[in-house]
Amino acid sequence: MQTLKKQSALWAPVVALMITLVIHIEMPNKQLANSGYYTMLISFLTFIFAVWAISSNFKQKWCEKLSYYSLFITVVILLTLIYEIITLKEGLLPLPFFPSPVKILEAYVTDWAVLLKSVAYSMRLLILGYIIGMMLGIPSGLMLGWYKKFGYWMNPIVRIIGPIPATAWIPVILVAFPTSFSGSVFLIALSVWFPVTVMTCSGVCNLNKSYFEIARTLGADERYQLLKIALPGAAPTIFVGMFMGLGSAYATLIAAEMLGVKAGLGWYINWAQGWAEYYKLYAALGISALMCSGCTSLLFKVRDRILVWQKGTVKW
Amino acid sequence: MVKVKQESNLNGQISIRNVSKKFMDAKNTEVKALHNVNLEIKAGELVAIIGPSGCGKSTFLRLISGIDNPTAGELYIDDERITGPHFTRGFAFQNPTLFPWKDVWHNVATGLEARGILKDHSADVDEYIELVGLTQFKNAFPHQLSGGMAQRVALARALVNHPKALLLDEPLGALDALTRMSMQDEILRIWNEQQMTLLFVTHDIDEAIYLGDRVVIMSANPGQIQRVIDIDIPKPRRRNDDIFFHYKKIMLDALGVNID
Repeated sequence: MQTLKKQSALWAPVVALMITLVIHIEMPNKQLANSGYYTMLISFLTFIFAVWAISSNFKQKWCEKLSYYSLFITVVILLTLIYEIITLKEGLLPLPFFPSPVKILEAYVTDWAVLLKSVAYSMRLLILGYIIGMMLGIPSGLMLGWYKKFGYWMNPIVRIIGPIPATAWIPVILVAFPTSFSGSVFLIALSVWFPVTVMTCSGVCNLNKSYFEIARTLGADERYQLLKIALPGAAPTIFVGMFMGLGSAYATLIAAEMLGVKAGLGWYINWAQGWAEYYKLYAALGISALMCSGCTSLLFKVRDRILVWQKGTVKW
Repeated sequence: MVKVKQESNLNGQISIRNVSKKFMDAKNTEVKALHNVNLEIKAGELVAIIGPSGCGKSTFLRLISGIDNPTAGELYIDDERITGPHFTRGFAFQNPTLFPWKDVWHNVATGLEARGILKDHSADVDEYIELVGLTQFKNAFPHQLSGGMAQRVALARALVNHPKALLLDEPLGALDALTRMSMQDEILRIWNEQQMTLLFVTHDIDEAIYLGDRVVIMSANPGQIQRVIDIDIPKPRRRNDDIFFHYKKIMLDALGVNID
């Protein structure tokens, strides 16, 4: 009984994929699409999950992973199947706004070169803007939290300029900057700078005053207190700001590309929409989702590495 | 065994002359935390400060450390005026306030690192971690330590600078009774080995008698020294000696507690 339950959990994705394959091949299409790529993809996935299910009987770790995610994967496969039926097979949703998964896959296969180039452009812009924003945000937040006089000039800027969504500046920036690229870098940097500054400042201000008192009795000068006490002490809060910054950087990136920059995912989305090729638009959305979650998990990895001392005390 | 360092040899004499400290409370009324306090502390002496809460005993210690400055009066250590914190005056709070982002080794190393001499003296760090018996835990982070262990790290962190004077603000206040007694012995042992002046604030009369060469009894509103009692019992002391109770009675009387 136990093994039957276990085996059915391991094989559920394979069964769902095989059902998909049968319906995909046997049921007549009502919309135009190149079905061949999709058949290949589903066959490939079936093969992968079958191998996984078999090897799970030998490797405990793989077995646990698959049994845990099996239900989720199966449901996703079946939902995709239902979506394919109501689009490609039955034509119940209007085109071109709701293309079938088969058509979206076609966009990846036929347009991969342009998509890849778009991702590269977007990443270049994102990374450059993000790093500049962070490099400016952490020092300005530190100074703001540490020197009261600094706040005299800095606070108005942070309070007034900061909360304006960076995207609101796009019309001005595109005129003021020599290239749309440099303008976009500036905008992304701005959108990262604000949350990082505010959170760094708050992290420093909320740090237990005793840390600084103890440091002073140990012979720490101001520089040491700033760089070796305030900065690492505020690091957990700084990371909160960096996560917020990543979100706003991403929003700014896509918006900037849609409005001015002549490359990148935002531009691709706009361009695809202009040609009413919505299936390409969905393909680009899929990639940008992947890119965004990729960046987020990368930042989580960096945080876990740097804040290793927090292990077991804080979870978020 | 830790060698006695030349620099900490036989100095650490502290003079407190006509010191007052006022500050404003939340309602903006003036509070006299300390009023005209005078005290001479000999080099290498172990002095306990005891008194009701609000008598300014913590303020007193903070003034000696230099974290706070007096409103009036002067403080000297070895005839040098105290104007701010200095690494020759080590300090530890009731709450160990270890830096949570540093492991035990780096917490203890803080003083040497801040003074830019860690590279040449990193052996001292290991030495003091050994002195407080935490060699096994030198790579542990503060949240992994028990209260007593954390307090020992705080002690080692203050000691690594070879302070002339060690100032402890209720260092054992947060510990349970048993840990507390063993930590008292540990403090005595360290004080013996390091030959420095040691001042500590406490709530605990037994602790004051057990450790102190002298006990300073303070009173509140305004914070003043009420009485200084010499504890004339040879060390090591026994907590259940008759003479121990004799001093306890004197102190309770001085603190206004009636036991009869």
